[in-house]
Amino acid sequence: MSRALSGRALRRGLVPWLLPLALLLGWEVAAKAGWLSARVLPAPSDIAVAFWTTLKDGSLPHHVSISAERAFLGLVIGGGLGFALGLINGALPVAEDILDSSLQMLRNVPHLAIIPMVILWFGIGEEAKVFLVAVGVLFPMYLNTFHGIRSVDRGLVEMGRVYGLGPVALYLRVILPGALPAILVGLRYALGIMWLTLIVAETISASSGIGYMTMNAREFLQTDMVLLGIIVYALLGKLADIASRWLERRALDWNPAYRTGLEAA
Amino acid sequence: MSVALEISGLAKTYPNGQRALGGIDLTVPAGEILAIVGGSGCGKSTLLRLIAGLETPSAGLVRVGGDLVGGPHPAVGLVFQEPRLLPWLSVADNVGFGLAALAAGERAARVGTALERVGLTAHANAWPRELSGGQAQRAALARALVTRPQVLLLDEPFSALDALTRTTLQDHLLELWAFERPTLVLVTHDIEEALVLADRVVTLRPRPGRVDDIQAVVLSRPRDRDSHNFEVHKRRLRAALNQSLAPDTLASDSLTAAAL
Repeated sequence: MSRALSGRALRRGLVPWLLPLALLLGWEVAAKAGWLSARVLPAPSDIAVAFWTTLKDGSLPHHVSISAERAFLGLVIGGGLGFALGLINGALPVAEDILDSSLQMLRNVPHLAIIPMVILWFGIGEEAKVFLVAVGVLFPMYLNTFHGIRSVDRGLVEMGRVYGLGPVALYLRVILPGALPAILVGLRYALGIMWLTLIVAETISASSGIGYMTMNAREFLQTDMVLLGIIVYALLGKLADIASRWLERRALDWNPAYRTGLEAA
Repeated sequence: MSVALEISGLAKTYPNGQRALGGIDLTVPAGEILAIVGGSGCGKSTLLRLIAGLETPSAGLVRVGGDLVGGPHPAVGLVFQEPRLLPWLSVADNVGFGLAALAAGERAARVGTALERVGLTAHANAWPRELSGGQAQRAALARALVTRPQVLLLDEPFSALDALTRTTLQDHLLELWAFERPTLVLVTHDIEEALVLADRVVTLRPRPGRVDDIQAVVLSRPRDRDSHNFEVHKRRLRAALNQSLAPDTLASDSLTAAAL
């Protein structure tokens, strides 16, 4: 009985993979048979070889770590700034009056449009990439933090006041936890924008990083390396998404919208 | 008997000119259960918010155990119409919300006792969303009582519940009250609820809110909602309520309260 059940579960787990595997197999066969030019689409096995070679000579880990560092630094700076601005404007109406409309104006500038300016300011050094990522992630963090704080149930705040909480305790014990779902949504948006910005910035102006690796490979028509770069970007994006989902589940277990189906009460 | 709550000349006029309360005088002895009834707009919720220190009076003052109330006071608790439990804390942590200053061990002991009294021991680690409406309101009562307030204010605490749960919780409130006998000030629009719970019932007259009538409830406890005497009290209180509404309602649009 349980064996049959686990067999079914196994089949369920395998079925979604059938189509991609078949496609991959067809692709491999087509490339090896010469129906597909390697310049258009290299065989999956060639990409695997490229992956192995660059892993062994250390160039892939080198580029990935540089890209990850830029992404992370930009996220910490821009996300931290957006979070802080959201907190201040959410708490103090005076600060909102002064800052919010300016921030809303800046928000409507597509941040990738300022790349030419950024290159003039910072050249093609690290600062340019980190700056662009920081600008990109600032606004989703700001907007969601601000909105989260403003939409905390006033009744809960009033309840906190009845128990004699001062402004700081009220913020820490009621307002911030109440705003956390929105803040984490902001973080997820920010992570998506973070990778997107970095890809664009690195392909336009860089001397290292995954974007540079793929652009450099394009110069030499190494399509296997270009595809490898794209796949690495996809994996890193997925990894960031998994991390933020994990964070949401840990921090928001109380919220029915974020509950995992497995641990229904 | 010592005085728990003293209200004198209490008035509230909002910045938009609306006079919510026009001079209230009330003295509530320790351990008394006082109910406040009145039509809509009579300022009964405003009165509670002023006692709780959530709003500042335009004139007059509130004293709790001799202390002038100038903001939220540790000796005053407030239970709202909705439970207002923090959804990200377990039921036990919600009940212990007002005990942050205590050491963890003592807090846990007090919360344990409180949960036992309201019959929620089995739900200590549940999330608030997993409770029924009645259970959630019992948790809110436990949270308010665990800090041992001298005066507990209740703002239509059972009006959002179904009739059966409401009756059960009214009886339950009396059981809880019997442990430490705090002073209860209950705002309600339900005549029967006022008569089941209160020692005295204050009727407010609206626009601006003033004390119109105070009736003592001379029924022995536990009170039988179906007894003849209860019916007599109900008739008397309904008459007082209608009278409090009579002169003003002709000019106002709010006849709904008279339906009580």
